[in-house]
Amino acid sequence: MLAYTIRRIFEALIVMVTVAALAFVLFRFVGDPVNQLVGQDATLAEREAVRKQLGLDDPVPIQFGRFIWKAAHLDFGTSYQVKQPVATVFAQRFPATFELAMTAALFATLFGIPMGVYTGIHRDSWLSKTFLTLSLAGISLPTFLIGILLIWIFSTVLHLLPSFGRGEVVDLGYWKTGFLTRDGWAHLILPSITLGLFQLTLITRLVRSQMLEVLRADYIKFARARGLSERAINFGHALKNTLIPVITVIGLQVGAIIAFALITEFVFQWPGMGLLFLQSVQNADIPVMSAYLFLVAFMFVAINFLVDLLYVVVDPRIRILGTSS
Amino acid sequence: MTLTPPATSKPQLPPGRLRRFLDSDMLFSFWRSPLVMFAALLAFVLVSSAFLAPILAPHDPYDLRSLNLMDSETPPRWDKAGDARFLLGTDDQGRDILSTILYGMRSSLLISLASVGFALVLGVSLGLIAGYRGGVVDTIIMRIADIQLTFPSILTALLVDGVAQTVLKGTRFGINHYLILVIAIGLSYWVQYARTVRSVTLVERNKDYVQAARLIGLSSRKIMFSHVLPNVLSPVLVLATINLALAIITEATLSFLGVGLPPSEPSLGTMIQIGNKFLLSGSYWMVAFPGLTLAALVLSVNLLGDWLRDKLDPRLR
Repeated sequence: MLAYTIRRIFEALIVMVTVAALAFVLFRFVGDPVNQLVGQDATLAEREAVRKQLGLDDPVPIQFGRFIWKAAHLDFGTSYQVKQPVATVFAQRFPATFELAMTAALFATLFGIPMGVYTGIHRDSWLSKTFLTLSLAGISLPTFLIGILLIWIFSTVLHLLPSFGRGEVVDLGYWKTGFLTRDGWAHLILPSITLGLFQLTLITRLVRSQMLEVLRADYIKFARARGLSERAINFGHALKNTLIPVITVIGLQVGAIIAFALITEFVFQWPGMGLLFLQSVQNADIPVMSAYLFLVAFMFVAINFLVDLLYVVVDPRIRILGTSS
Repeated sequence: MTLTPPATSKPQLPPGRLRRFLDSDMLFSFWRSPLVMFAALLAFVLVSSAFLAPILAPHDPYDLRSLNLMDSETPPRWDKAGDARFLLGTDDQGRDILSTILYGMRSSLLISLASVGFALVLGVSLGLIAGYRGGVVDTIIMRIADIQLTFPSILTALLVDGVAQTVLKGTRFGINHYLILVIAIGLSYWVQYARTVRSVTLVERNKDYVQAARLIGLSSRKIMFSHVLPNVLSPVLVLATINLALAIITEATLSFLGVGLPPSEPSLGTMIQIGNKFLLSGSYWMVAFPGLTLAALVLSVNLLGDWLRDKLDPRLR
């Protein structure tokens, strides 16, 4: 267990150092940081002073060390585009992405598990077949097309729901939330369906196949023989045992939701971190780009690490395999 | 003692390739499933019309002189305000939607095919080397693969693409959007090939024919690429078909997000991006037709891929 944990930590560190090196190269060598800070008519001496002040005349390894030190303290420099510290810009954008991702994950779980259970128990009903056909479409259609389709139906044709932005938000000091107003919720509906649809189909199919497998197991037959009600068998015995892989997949999908949030945010002009990154690519706003790279890599590494550990706690077989290999 | 064939039968020749193909289970199952036939037909029509775009398209969207801003935002022909020259209407610059779809599908397909090819060559080579050599080389390659697998491939493609564009902007190399897209998408999909090929190579490595080849003194490279490689090809082909659909989606997504092909280049993604701006004003045709084309293309390739997978390699299911 200890060896396994140490190996995982070591791997996570390698990933972070690699990504940090990439972010550093981007930050330091692409575009001149000095040019972005001084005016057009700054003299050579002034430029040199700024260069010295930023420490750009130090050896590269020292600069890299300083970059990591600063990154660990969430200091990623100043955005070229909005002239504010990158950390501040991200702090403003984070709540939007977080609320969207959480709503989407909740939507996918709350609808995906019941749909999976239903299609697993009633394999041949027409409703199950409808669910499965729809889920095939959900997997084949690109996310952005689904978003556009939803906008077209619910905003352009039916005029039911708003199509862009977060709507009315309440400022809670460090956190602007859309959860407290009716308007905020209305704005959340379409983006979170768009974002959660892929995960919904994934969870439905996973729960379904797990249910089909578990329902064939001996202990289910035994439960039937004991005369338990169908309800007790399906929910008390079968569903409980399908949930371990489902929880793992949901955990891993949090990363995918963050990745796909970027597309959804673009379609709905949702003011989150993904939209910020896309704008920074278009404007060559390198500090923002390298910070996004760093943050996303960190989130993925952290999530995978936690899920791996959770796996070991839940499933003792991995504990043995992990130490022997 | 020699075995003489019964007098009634003619001398048996081994059946030719064509005969074997016509008698195969695959073709049989093909003719038996209408959905697969429909998908194949659809894919064939779409792909061939894309590559025949210069002949089929009524207008040339690259020819700026032929564009007239007066024609912009014309609805499809069956609409009251439609124009007989533009079957599916025009976009905001007066480009014929039908022609732009044909040319756009051609660029989408070219990029997707090239990036699948790139991912395939990279992944298969690395997988072969990892599986055949083993040891440290194997560990390094597969660790990189494991790590990359934890990131969603669309994110990898987007980051590579965004970084490459920023790095090349303003340098003397200029930006070749096609090349960047091919590399970005290719780099995000090589892992599956490497893993599949490695696992098959590990099995093949210990078989007699490889030992024999080694005994007669062939070089490892020769053994890997001309002896082991042919035996790992069928799962690779299945993967490539499934990957093609993903690559088409990725290219369209990147272009839609404005980090793929620039709006001046016709592509399904950029057309949808442009059309999306006009959707709220009711000009649905700018999004609907490219969107439908994209969905049809992806769906038909996906269906074919699923069918190929069931037939050629049930393990991947």
